[in-house]
Amino acid sequence: MKYFMLIWAGLWRKKTRTILTMLSIVVAFLLFGLLQGINQGIKAGLSDTRNNRLWTTSRMSAINSIPASLMDRMMTVKGVRTVTHLSYFGGYFQDAKNAIPAFTTNIDKLAIVYPELNITPAQVAAMKATRPGALIGRPLAKKYGWKVGDKVPLGTTIWTNNDGSNNWAFDIVGIFDPLPGSSGNPLASAFWINYDYWDEARQFDKHRVHQYIVQVDDPTHSAEISSQIDKLTENSFDETRTQTENATLQSRLKQFADINFIANAIVGAVMFTLLFLTANTMMQSVRERIPELAVLKTLGFTGGKVSVLVLIESLMLCLFAAVVGLILSAGAMKLVGSVLGPATLLPVVVIIGLVIAVALAFISGLPPALRAQRLNIVDALAGR
Amino acid sequence: MSTLVSLKDVVKRYQRGKQSVEVLHGVNLSIEQGEFLALMGPSGSGKTTLLNLIAGLDQPTEGEVTVAGERIDRLSGGKLAKWRARHIGFVFQFYNLLPVLSAARNVEVPLLLTNLSSKQRKQNVRAVLELVGLADRATHKPGELSGGQQQRVSIARALVADPTLLVCDEPTGDLDRENAEEILRLLQMLNRQQGKTIIMVTHDPLAADHASRILHVDKGRLVDSTERNAA
Repeated sequence: MKYFMLIWAGLWRKKTRTILTMLSIVVAFLLFGLLQGINQGIKAGLSDTRNNRLWTTSRMSAINSIPASLMDRMMTVKGVRTVTHLSYFGGYFQDAKNAIPAFTTNIDKLAIVYPELNITPAQVAAMKATRPGALIGRPLAKKYGWKVGDKVPLGTTIWTNNDGSNNWAFDIVGIFDPLPGSSGNPLASAFWINYDYWDEARQFDKHRVHQYIVQVDDPTHSAEISSQIDKLTENSFDETRTQTENATLQSRLKQFADINFIANAIVGAVMFTLLFLTANTMMQSVRERIPELAVLKTLGFTGGKVSVLVLIESLMLCLFAAVVGLILSAGAMKLVGSVLGPATLLPVVVIIGLVIAVALAFISGLPPALRAQRLNIVDALAGR
Repeated sequence: MSTLVSLKDVVKRYQRGKQSVEVLHGVNLSIEQGEFLALMGPSGSGKTTLLNLIAGLDQPTEGEVTVAGERIDRLSGGKLAKWRARHIGFVFQFYNLLPVLSAARNVEVPLLLTNLSSKQRKQNVRAVLELVGLADRATHKPGELSGGQQQRVSIARALVADPTLLVCDEPTGDLDRENAEEILRLLQMLNRQQGKTIIMVTHDPLAADHASRILHVDKGRLVDSTERNAA
């Protein structure tokens, strides 16, 4: 601790350079925190999926519909406990830019298949009693300030109702509070609509759904049950593909982009560049202080002690800036989360960030530290 | 008086590329405790090399260097560094203060290597700054002080750990006559009143006049020794 003044003095010898280097590190770790936060948020969302849930969609494409009548036949497959379905409403509120994650379903079965949504029996009953009713997740209600009793007009880019209009209106009959840990699940902030009401009111594609969600008794039999379900539609116009929920979401995500790879590649490139930047700063800083370091050695500081001072200086520079960057990323996560989807700065990301900062400090600080250690006092004082 | 510094048949060679250059040729020298010795000689005569060997900054190629009863030519890098911290106070021509630290912090640096508490370190720093007449400039940074004041801070730094020997390499070389005279009187006072043994390398005969003995070095040999009663 008593050497702190020497380290601090070395760090702030060239204020502008130190501040600029720190800013670079702050920005790099802000980026690291954000990208890894989004990555981890998506992973957390996927990990919230249950192995005892299978998703059945059209073999052609997930947006192709399949017959609603399939549900009763699926229930006959051995090992199937419950089946629900959902269809995309493609809704927006007031402006097409305000997309709403609205789905139609049979709410009583949904409550069973997705217990983490925490839909109460009273809310199910309210939906049953109100055909144009809607049940919404707390995060969505908060975002638009909706409350029970509100009549919410939703536009849709897909469905025309019997009036020939694309404008629909729903009565909010309940707001459900998803269980803690389910915030990463997009269904937790969805706008749920009664399938029967919607199917009756739409002009086309009646009696069909976009996908089924099957709850099975034993996840170890998922492969076999999937196969049995898909056999129900074999050689028909509506062949299906059944996978576990986790596998479906992962493959859909990869169709869009390999977020994990992109996040790691960007962070890797930034950190690699940062390594050169920080190493250059430390080398320059030590080069300028050769006479001062020689004086310290003259006064009795050993080579080892001087090199440790240089390393700690590098550590302070990197660690302080990294912590600031991570704190900023935690703050920015809320802003980004509302645009890019679920994002959270998990403790594991913070720990990885700090480990990277320490590694960065040691790798960039080691060459100048070794130079300081090997410094020949007589040559350095003579300016050679 | 007892012998504080003893050099026996000291040879120093440097390797300059493929060439080996002998800077000191078998130097024998004794310096008594409490002496104020001036080392004079033309540039390249070997006087700074001699000073570096006595101060443990460099090792002889041949011969023995004994300071305060210890054969420092046998000490390795780490041990030599610790020995320097305990026995040697350095005063440089260009002061060599750390520019971002205050005068007091600069003076405190050698004490960081001791086991003194922060409070004790501050007391010692205050005492030496008062001794060199700079207590009122303790919080000033080197850039805010004159050359003479910076050299006094440098002397305070050299004294603060109470070393056995004070080595000064051209301590007045960067100062005007008035400031140089002040510094030389300060060194003389430390020698006479505090009993500090001082070795000073200088080009300046007026500076050497303040020493109790003048040694002339030429072409790597001691050529003349003058005992004097300095003014």
